[in-house]
Amino acid sequence: MPRREFRDGVRAILGLTPAAFAFGASFAVLARAAGVGGVAATVMSATTFAGSAQVATVSILGTGGGLAAAVVAALLLNARYGAISVSVAPGFRGSLLRRLVESQLIVDESWAVSVQPDGRVERGVLLGAGATLWIFWTTGTVAGAVAGEAIGDPNRLGLDGAFPALFLALLAPQLRSRRAVAAAAIGAAIAFALIPFTPAGVPIVAATAGCLVGWRR
Amino acid sequence: MSSAWTAVAIVGVGTIALKSTGPVLLGGRELPARLMGLLSVLAPALLAALVVTQAFASGRHLVLDPRAAGLGAAAVAVLLRAPLLAVIVIAAAATALVRAL
Repeated sequence: MPRREFRDGVRAILGLTPAAFAFGASFAVLARAAGVGGVAATVMSATTFAGSAQVATVSILGTGGGLAAAVVAALLLNARYGAISVSVAPGFRGSLLRRLVESQLIVDESWAVSVQPDGRVERGVLLGAGATLWIFWTTGTVAGAVAGEAIGDPNRLGLDGAFPALFLALLAPQLRSRRAVAAAAIGAAIAFALIPFTPAGVPIVAATAGCLVGWRR
Repeated sequence: MSSAWTAVAIVGVGTIALKSTGPVLLGGRELPARLMGLLSVLAPALLAALVVTQAFASGRHLVLDPRAAGLGAAAVAVLLRAPLLAVIVIAAAATALVRAL
């Protein structure tokens, strides 16, 4: 893996690190309020490393939704990683263990900054961005578990507005062909249509149907 | 084991499996051309859906809250070809500003 690609990945994601840290911290605060301790929250950030699924797990446990509901919701939210995982497969080489470990750095943001217009990813960029996010997400969770409420609400700083902006900024250069524009329009329409009717996670998975415009005989 | 730790374990193992499926089972291999055709437009479809859910979803509700202002500011910044970092900072600032009003 070229070191330059890794550095490019680190650089591409730096703008999101304050938000990753702050949301890691607020996840820990939310977890504690839901009866999930700081150690469990930190282990979860280090292993699951998927913000929305982690928040869903602890909030469902915290509101008495039960273990099964929490697990199903979280895995539905992460189901999109099955599709992303297959799409990045050609770029991942080396031993089984290495592929297993490196693939854990796949998150929406690291994939989004590394994906090329033809659908392939630059693995080094993905790993650089993913490792950077992992560090800030996990240390943010530790900080939240230790400092707790002192951290305050990250949304006050508008950090929740940073994530859609990142995805929009990464979507724009993808829209170079008519097929890509059609796929984006279908994906967005499906998400809008399903949000009110399905559990979180389903709209995103269903939006991958926008891929069908890429069907070639 | 408490239900918290059980959830952490099951969600963790399930997510690790989901993320590793491709690289572990298919790592380094070229995918069939037809599948690559579909996957070449996975990014726009999925990124567009992420924009929508991250900006307009609150649980099962469609909402118009300060994140929409952040997204609007981000769209202008993208059209003006601002660098990625600037787009993110502008969006966060606009979101915070509208929330503070």
